[in-house]
Amino acid sequence: MTLSSKPENSSQGRPYTVVGARHGKPDALDAMAGLAKYTDDIALPRMLYARILRSPHAHARIVSIDTSAAEAMEGVHAVVVGEEMPARYGVIPWTPDEQALAVDKVRYVGDAVAAVAAISEDIAIAACKRIVVQYEVLEALTTPEAALANPHNKIHEANKHGNVTKQVQLAFGDVDAQLAAADLVIEGHYAYHGSTHAALEPHCSVAHVDGRGLLTVWSATQVPHYLHRELAKVLEVPTHKIRVIQPQVGGAFGGKSEPFDLEFVAAKLAMKTGRPVKCLYTREEVFLAHRGRHPFDMHYTTGFTKDGKILAVDAKSLLDGGAYSSFGLVTTYYSGQLLGSPYTFASYRFDSTRVYTNKPACGPKRGHGSVQPRFAIEVQLDKAARALKLDPIELRRRNFIGENTTTINEFHIGSNGFLECLALVEKASDWKARYGKLGRGRGLGVAGSTYISGTNYCIYPTDLPQSGVQICLDRSGRVRVFAGTSDIGQGSSTMLAVVAAEELGVHLDDVRVIAADSDLCPVDLGSYSSRVTLMAGNACLSAARDLASKVRQAVAKKWGCQKRDVILADRRAQRLDDPDVFIDITDAFILAEVEFGTLGSTGSYQTPRDDVHGEYRGGTIGASPAYSFTAHIAEVSVDEETGDVRVENIWCAHDCGRALSPVLVEGQIEGSVYMGFGETVMEHHHVMASGLRTDGARRDTGPGKDGLLAHSSLLDYRMPTTLDTPNLYAGIVEKPDPRGPFGAKEAGEGPLHSVVPAICNAIFDAIGVRIDSLPVAPEKILAGLRAQRSGGQSC
Amino acid sequence: MPDTAPPSPVAVAPVLITLQLNGEPTSVAVPPHWTLLELLRYGLGLTGTKQGCDKGDCGTCTVRIDGEPQLACLTLALEVRDRHVETVEGLGVGGEPHPLQEAFARVGAAQCGFCTPGMLMSASAYVDNLTLQDDPVVRREDIAAALAGNLCRCTGYTKILQAVEEVAQVVLDRQREIEESTAEEP
Repeated sequence: MTLSSKPENSSQGRPYTVVGARHGKPDALDAMAGLAKYTDDIALPRMLYARILRSPHAHARIVSIDTSAAEAMEGVHAVVVGEEMPARYGVIPWTPDEQALAVDKVRYVGDAVAAVAAISEDIAIAACKRIVVQYEVLEALTTPEAALANPHNKIHEANKHGNVTKQVQLAFGDVDAQLAAADLVIEGHYAYHGSTHAALEPHCSVAHVDGRGLLTVWSATQVPHYLHRELAKVLEVPTHKIRVIQPQVGGAFGGKSEPFDLEFVAAKLAMKTGRPVKCLYTREEVFLAHRGRHPFDMHYTTGFTKDGKILAVDAKSLLDGGAYSSFGLVTTYYSGQLLGSPYTFASYRFDSTRVYTNKPACGPKRGHGSVQPRFAIEVQLDKAARALKLDPIELRRRNFIGENTTTINEFHIGSNGFLECLALVEKASDWKARYGKLGRGRGLGVAGSTYISGTNYCIYPTDLPQSGVQICLDRSGRVRVFAGTSDIGQGSSTMLAVVAAEELGVHLDDVRVIAADSDLCPVDLGSYSSRVTLMAGNACLSAARDLASKVRQAVAKKWGCQKRDVILADRRAQRLDDPDVFIDITDAFILAEVEFGTLGSTGSYQTPRDDVHGEYRGGTIGASPAYSFTAHIAEVSVDEETGDVRVENIWCAHDCGRALSPVLVEGQIEGSVYMGFGETVMEHHHVMASGLRTDGARRDTGPGKDGLLAHSSLLDYRMPTTLDTPNLYAGIVEKPDPRGPFGAKEAGEGPLHSVVPAICNAIFDAIGVRIDSLPVAPEKILAGLRAQRSGGQSC
Repeated sequence: MPDTAPPSPVAVAPVLITLQLNGEPTSVAVPPHWTLLELLRYGLGLTGTKQGCDKGDCGTCTVRIDGEPQLACLTLALEVRDRHVETVEGLGVGGEPHPLQEAFARVGAAQCGFCTPGMLMSASAYVDNLTLQDDPVVRREDIAAALAGNLCRCTGYTKILQAVEEVAQVVLDRQREIEESTAEEP
């Protein structure tokens, strides 16, 4: 569904030629032929292989480490321990609580302790077994309740407030008064479980020091720039002596968005041995590295008028952070800050607390920090619609916040296609004829959401641009784009090629994108918070327009006309008013090079500094230049005998502003929906935990199991296969935002959010059972049905 | 040193084997404990075949052995002695992409591309085994079953199924044309 009619390239006054066309990725055949080089595909002469020794204890003090037997092994070239890289780092500069290898303490089963470089992986594994570590085992705190109840047993001694890593309390409007005035108050308790990214490519890093002393690190990362900075800090090498290259990445989803032990280990061992070193995670290590979805325990109280208008939202959340801070400071803010649209609240208050536990650290997974609260609020809305006997789509329409407006927490909303998203899924699913009418055991559910297109501020304080792009034109008619952007499969390099090709009048194949190499490319902050299309796209647009202007000017001079009379399109420079007058684009580039000399330009993007956030503390976190909007409808069938839930169909409509590459946008929608579906009904990053639970009960995992990962393989983790995945319908809604390049907003994370509550709302439509504690599991369905039979649930 | 420390694996004598690799006779010395995946990636530099789990769970290392899709990470290199092994590098013919490669690229069936080589090998086995006699209709569920051992984390499989369906349809249509033209001959 395209809302804008006959879209036009505003800078040249002609219809789009590349933007919006149904192209694939220009370099797709490399992946098809096995030619694309991922980090683990790099083999350098004399390369050594590194392996990391990990802690078997969830919480222990390191008494001593003896590496002598490992070092004495034939084929071992070096061993490294934490004391050699003691600097504390963290992707968020305010919470530097990590060390490359543990120094005094280990804080989860899997914490890195030492590493070996040897002539083969086999030898490195054998050598790790010969490292003797003496531990003093400490009491492990593996539930957030236990961590809160034991503030003196600090997982991080330097932490100020026991085991609390962050608490955020913000209030907007008078929640208590609005709740008192409400016709309907819905109170709900929700549990959102942990899940992980499980990109198919395991993390991998290769490092090498050349003759000039330049350290090159190739890594499967989605934040090469942050990696560059942290390598410099931890290795105590200035940034100009380090080159970071991100080769092809085999999926990331937030799981590669901060530095990991293996990058420091490969680099340090390369420095120690003078030889290239590779470190590749096993699949189990990927699960341990984690940084996935935080488990949330949430209590929501929501007040409504009898017409279904939201008067108040009062949210309290407890976040299980795992052993380190990671992005947790941001997660804690996001848990409340990103709920301010697409609905308008008359008042809003949230109180979120993130605690350390002795488990793999949680961090940003696709839809960082806002998928969990979105689940809670969208189920709350469904309960309200039932209680008020309103169609849940109608209830959402009544609360629509609108366009060009400001949320209650003072974020500026630009374009907003949420109503169009609702209309599209309503029609596609035949909602009006089918909702509530499918008979027992089958149901439909709806939910909506919003997400950011990047954040207004870099994670470290700076006034430097968030994204830089450099473009060169050459005499063969080719365009070269240099950008620090990180293509992790989402297609950021294709996006840059589309923007450059559109402005410079060439075909996609004529653009070569050189990305994510710190020696060749200007800085881009990386692929996180769905920032790349908006930010790098704008930087690229600015650089491309600069060059297009020069080319048009040179051609206009030759033709004796005005620059505005010359357009660049389809490998030609032509007269705007007479398409029969044209020259080949190569000749146009040559004219421009004769006129202006070598053709190059740069473009930068910095977020607007006005009207984009509130002035209160934390008001900058979660504020974005533009917001995407999404609606989902899910259709499920439930087997009441076994409790098995089958998700049959999911319709998703997503407002991405403008689809620069509709095929890729559909791919982002389908992939997001798939991932959200998977974590709702199948996946669980499950760490066995003894101790206090939310219900006050103590549970015991049994000896030796506390803090142990319950699954170390992709078989046990249960991500959906072709046979599990429902039919996915991806609908694109285009509400161009003036802040996006050609109006584009994000598409990579938003379409995950509301699939989760849509499925749970559909289950209620099917059998009248609420699943407020994820994941959906047969035993919960059966328990709900039992409660129903004894007169339990009503809405 | 703890008593349980294993012996050093430095010196393991390799074994010379021959196989047909992507249609070419190949001789290579391989340590006897290596998997076919290690042989392909480390021994022969054919890095198109990927390692996603090394446990037989993800399907990224799928190759074809005597035509059948198999997991290279669960196959010892010595097992492919004198057999035919096809990897993604051998899929296209004469510089032209295989129809599956073309369809995957065109419809956007690869995002990060890491599962793609294995996915293509499973899909090519499915497509090669299609015959009008067995089943004249292309069914999504058959394709889904053929690809069920190959995980993809990016696409939700939608565009992968679409690409394979398109190619499968062309294959059956061509068989039908041949059958009809043979039937028309006197």
